[in-house]
Amino acid sequence: MAQLTMVQAINLALAQEMERDPRVVVLGEDVGKNGGVFRVTQGLYEKFGDGRVADTPLSESAIVGVSIGMAAYGLRPVAEIQFEGFIYAAMEQLISHASRIRTRSRGRYHCPLVVRVPYGGGIRAPEHHSESNEALFAHTPGLKVVVPSTPYEAKGLLVSAIRDPDPVIFMEPKRVYRALKEEVPEEEYTIPLGQARIATEGKDNTLIAWGAMLQPTLKAAALMGERGIHSEVIDLRTLSPLDTRTIIESVKKTKRAVIVHEAPRTCGLGAELVARINESALLYLEAPVERVTGYDTVMPLPKLEQYYLPNAERVTEAIGRVMRF
Amino acid sequence: MPKKTIKTFHVEWLQVLDERGNCDEELRPPLSDKEIQKLYEWMVLARAFDEKAFKLQREGRLGTYASILGQEAAQVGSAFALQPGDWMFPSYREAGASIVRGLPLKMVFQYWSGDERGSRIPQGQNDFPITIPVGTQIPIATGAAWAAKAKGDKIAVMAYLGDGATSKGDFHEGLNFAGVFSLPVVFLCQNNHWAISVPVSRQTRAETLAQKAIAYGFDGIQVDGNDIFAVYKAAHEALGRARVGQGPTLIECVTYRIGDHTTADDATRYRTEEEVREWREKDPIDRLKRYMGKKGLWDEAYDHKVALESREQVEAAVAEEEAIPPPDPRDIFHYTFAELPEDLKEQMEHLFGSDGRPNP
Repeated sequence: MAQLTMVQAINLALAQEMERDPRVVVLGEDVGKNGGVFRVTQGLYEKFGDGRVADTPLSESAIVGVSIGMAAYGLRPVAEIQFEGFIYAAMEQLISHASRIRTRSRGRYHCPLVVRVPYGGGIRAPEHHSESNEALFAHTPGLKVVVPSTPYEAKGLLVSAIRDPDPVIFMEPKRVYRALKEEVPEEEYTIPLGQARIATEGKDNTLIAWGAMLQPTLKAAALMGERGIHSEVIDLRTLSPLDTRTIIESVKKTKRAVIVHEAPRTCGLGAELVARINESALLYLEAPVERVTGYDTVMPLPKLEQYYLPNAERVTEAIGRVMRF
Repeated sequence: MPKKTIKTFHVEWLQVLDERGNCDEELRPPLSDKEIQKLYEWMVLARAFDEKAFKLQREGRLGTYASILGQEAAQVGSAFALQPGDWMFPSYREAGASIVRGLPLKMVFQYWSGDERGSRIPQGQNDFPITIPVGTQIPIATGAAWAAKAKGDKIAVMAYLGDGATSKGDFHEGLNFAGVFSLPVVFLCQNNHWAISVPVSRQTRAETLAQKAIAYGFDGIQVDGNDIFAVYKAAHEALGRARVGQGPTLIECVTYRIGDHTTADDATRYRTEEEVREWREKDPIDRLKRYMGKKGLWDEAYDHKVALESREQVEAAVAEEEAIPPPDPRDIFHYTFAELPEDLKEQMEHLFGSDGRPNP
């Protein structure tokens, strides 16, 4: 089995799905001859041609809007928005149309669309290239939000997203793109949307993370493990719809929880997770749920980003606090 | 080095039927007498529908409604040029076009009465539900045209929009995409002169909206939007070009919104009665009626019959719509995704009290 980066795993998923289903088309800025600014779509143009891998005008609202029309007509568009900080121009199409065409038309039309968007900090990029805006999409009824954490996860989740009958925002942690390799099967497999996974089992506390935050969270768990504190790490995978059951079962078992996300704290997904834990497991808790997050500030430029992004140290401190409480 | 002109442009104006009903027979589209009568009958029906919708709103039997009064020729003429396999993307002021496309009148009432089931377009009719955020249907229509082209379907897409929409980013993005990929889509702009209270002079400094197409690399034409022959001809030709791979067209129909923006608006606050009166004299139905009279296609008995049948159809649709049982509150949830996620199932259960009945 091949050792692949996340970029390669996503590329493989796209190529295989395009091979399997002629309705799948890829569109976006620089996705064709250039193979995408992160090379995620490399080789697809050569393999499938201009008709199925289309370089579009620099036009985020239309990339999504056009994709909605294509999806309604019967294609399976996979649109790329080059960076998460440029997706705001397409928010109206996502919120006002992609997410609600099924509801508005009472099922006559639906929108099987994937919007791939690299997100998050830690790659020393300019402003608008390092944000973590997943909560905006998770707050929009009718959108599914998926964030893979590793190459294996990325392939299986993207295949499911492409086959899903509803619109999926597929957020790719660019910090993980080439940071790690793992075995990724060439053979077809899917990872169901809406199901979290237990990345590491443990009995003393539950750590919940997704995307790029999984690695520092696992590192913190390993560090604490050396001190005899055993964390259960949940990789959320799908942020909407949330797999509440996996979270609640784990928290009931461990009685303590820390949520890690790089997005701003206020109204971040962590707030929703705390609320759900309170609603369903309050009397099991031995400590208030901790959040390790970005700050309620603008994401800083590279010289300061290491102060903004949660890291293993901040997570271990939070674990210490929930254990001592 | 002297400056030189490297490109010049022109914008065509099309009128076939003047305000007195005189027709330029050379320009007249090849419509049979029966088809001309059908155009007239659709316009009368659209107006009867519109009048009834307005009254029902005033009686509290319908929600906010956007009147099409004065725009019947632009809507009926353009929709009449569509073929059943074509796709159509309406704005929110398109009752006339939707009826011609085959949307049952009762469904139009149903939608405006606040029931989403009115937007479940019947299978076989490739129309989108109405779009409220101005201009946002334009890129979506462009995408449907892309898909049609990709699949090799010889159909065309028509996107309806108004003068206000031409100021939106999605107008630019949608038309630009359509031009770049030479897509089979016709942008049918009804310039009705008013975007609620804002006149078209506040939307653009350009003398026509049609000329905006030039910047996207395709043709724009301005037509007399109250002349149903001109509208039909322009739409028919543009759709025909689209279906054979000759790309998009922008059609500007110059018309007028005789009514308020919606039933929640009062247009006397921002425009003169004199202006409205001038446009009433250009009425699209009267104009066709005069032409048909000269051609022996119209007389009082015919008119009486058409008016009566239209009213009966509208009244029957109201009765049918008002007899439809209210929607199931579970429908709030059922169409969010193809499958209801666990959390939504739980939220849906919260709708129901201990007696098993939904809590209002």
